[in-house]
Amino acid sequence: MKKIYSVLVENRSGVLSKVAGLFSRRSFNIDSLTVGETEDKAVSCMTIVSSGDERTLEQIEKQLNKKLDIIRIKTFEEQMSVSRELMLIKVKYNKSNRREIMETCQAMKADIVDMSKNLMIIQICDTPERTRLMIKLLSGISIVEIARTGTLALQKCE
Amino acid sequence: MIGADAVIKCLVKEGVDTVFGYSGVAIDPFWNSILETDIKTVLVRTEQNAAHAASGYARTRKKVGVCAVTSGPGATNLLTGIATAYADSIPLVCFTGQVDSELIGSDVFQEADVTGAAESFVKYSYLVKNVKDIPRIIHEAFYIANTGRRGPVLIDLPADIQLAHIADFKYTDEPPKLRTYKPTVKGNTLQIKKVTKVLENAKRPLVCVGGGVHLSDAEEVFRKFIEKHRIPVVSTMMGLGILPSDHPMYYGMVGNNGFQVANRAMNESDVLLMVGARVADRAVSAPDLTFEGKVLVHMDVDPAEIGKNVGPTIPIVGDAKHIFEDFMGESFYCSHEAWIASLNNYRTMVRRGDVKDTGFIDSPEFVRTLSGKMDDDAIYVADVGQNQLFSCRNYIMKKGSFFTSGGMGTMGYSIPAAIGAKMADPERQVVAVCGDGAFQMSMMELATMNQYKAPVKIVVMRNNYLGLVREHQHFTYKDNYSMVHLGSDPDLELLSKAYGINYIKCEKMENMEADIDKFLKSDESCLMEVMTDPTETVAGTIA
Ligand SMILES: Cc1ncc(C[n+]2csc(CCOP(=O)(O)OP(=O)(O)O)c2C)c(N)n1
Repeated sequence: MKKIYSVLVENRSGVLSKVAGLFSRRSFNIDSLTVGETEDKAVSCMTIVSSGDERTLEQIEKQLNKKLDIIRIKTFEEQMSVSRELMLIKVKYNKSNRREIMETCQAMKADIVDMSKNLMIIQICDTPERTRLMIKLLSGISIVEIARTGTLALQKCE
Repeated sequence: MIGADAVIKCLVKEGVDTVFGYSGVAIDPFWNSILETDIKTVLVRTEQNAAHAASGYARTRKKVGVCAVTSGPGATNLLTGIATAYADSIPLVCFTGQVDSELIGSDVFQEADVTGAAESFVKYSYLVKNVKDIPRIIHEAFYIANTGRRGPVLIDLPADIQLAHIADFKYTDEPPKLRTYKPTVKGNTLQIKKVTKVLENAKRPLVCVGGGVHLSDAEEVFRKFIEKHRIPVVSTMMGLGILPSDHPMYYGMVGNNGFQVANRAMNESDVLLMVGARVADRAVSAPDLTFEGKVLVHMDVDPAEIGKNVGPTIPIVGDAKHIFEDFMGESFYCSHEAWIASLNNYRTMVRRGDVKDTGFIDSPEFVRTLSGKMDDDAIYVADVGQNQLFSCRNYIMKKGSFFTSGGMGTMGYSIPAAIGAKMADPERQVVAVCGDGAFQMSMMELATMNQYKAPVKIVVMRNNYLGLVREHQHFTYKDNYSMVHLGSDPDLELLSKAYGINYIKCEKMENMEADIDKFLKSDESCLMEVMTDPTETVAGTIA
């Protein structure tokens, strides 16, 4: 089972390591973790995706709640969320596959954001499944480097 | 006023009267400022024991224990003591000196990232970055340490902050406002009513108490509750002492080192109330904890404990004292005389075997005789090992207290904790019981004991082995012993003399009682060396 934890924390040094440390110490999974400031500069929002059985997922929430730097936790299941991941992917291209890459980008709603004679950087911002699919589609070509954020998520409006 | 003065002023405001610790340049301003007050300072002989002593003090006085040590090696030495307190939820505020703020992170002399290192076993920690924050931080630290689930809080104090000028000092008596920390202390009324319903319908109800009942100071109201409704009680190791051994409703300690009757009561109960107990592995491994068909009510002040190991039927989050006060306000009636009769019957059926004369002192018999003769309100501090298990199984509890390192099992705990207990309450008799292994981990504190006139009684159960591990190797490695033989214990008589402490040797069963009488007679400190059988096993005495 997968669960998403949207965690508001005090924006102070050391808080990220305290939260990440809690996961490693209790051997909870972190599938992904992203952090950024909120509209309030004193507060950051962490989006943590974790997987495990029901009891583990409940323990994660309880243990997070014990941390004094954590202000509020919201949890929701994956299917109840709108989630996005940003990926930058650098590929080597040549005349013969250029067209195919561009078509793939079009189909996947990805952008080419930088380019040289034989390298290009593609940007995609989509659900984690579609970012994975993008990697699969491009894996026939020579991928040079990938940079990905973790999952960002908010609970669906309805 | 400088930062260090502010720190000490806060301690005075918090009613601190004793600080255990060790010196070093990075904590010198603190020790210098403390001279201006009436706070008693106790120089232990190694930092770990500052935390243990503060823990013994905290458990005796039921308030926050305080210790302070220097940066780097002082701080890292302290860590085991902090972790030990964390595992047993003992409230401490621990100060560590730190290098100057501007040098932090540059690996200078005696720098250690102690807040980082301690993160997983403190309730909270602070690195003080601005002298102005001192009053707020200390106020919060005491509040956090001593509310909700108690535990240690660490405050790392850079040397320059201790020396920096602080303009206006304000300290309020109001509880601090922390937006992220609001422990639940009152139990939910609906849940409490649910439990009374369940108890009314129960045929075989049982309460299992843990350390949380001590920590919330709930012993008295708990006893009243039990006596009013006549519900049988068993205890975890940390819950020992909540009921006296001879209490008619008390059936002893549970767990793989516990009593058969207690474990049987756990297994057969149909409604089980776990109170302030972690449902930890040691406590539940012998009872057959299939909770199917059983109503499990789990009460704990820490919501994360509830359902951690077994899913409860009815959870109640709150402080045990508040919860039992609420229970006392509920009127309900239950009667389980048949259940009580069957437990009593079973209790008389299981009898321990006769004491065989092996030429050594029999450990269980020793603990029974010693504790039977101790003052009614004595404090007994058991160390870790066979001596601890013999102690918690055979200790005769009257109105006293039983301390040990339960969650962490830290060898060397008993002597410093006993010193802390004696300083917290000099009127009470304090006895530390340890093995010859653990003794050598803390024997340097005999000097502290002497220096500060803390006349603790020390029992060293001498078997020339790391007994409990030897026992494990006996059963698991078929007598292939490795790293468990203490080939050359020091001459404890000479050692006692060196530290100015009385000494008694107890080696013959026929003289044991007289030796114990002599040992307990005066209020002076005394070390008793008890010669026990290296081949004796705890497993062999379980009944
Ligand atoms: C600091 C520490 N190191 C190691 C252990 C592992 N350990 C548990 S019991 C024990 C043996 C204790 O021997 P001793 O103090 O002589 O007591 P006995 O078991 O003989 O009563 C050891 C080594 C521990 N609990 N704590």
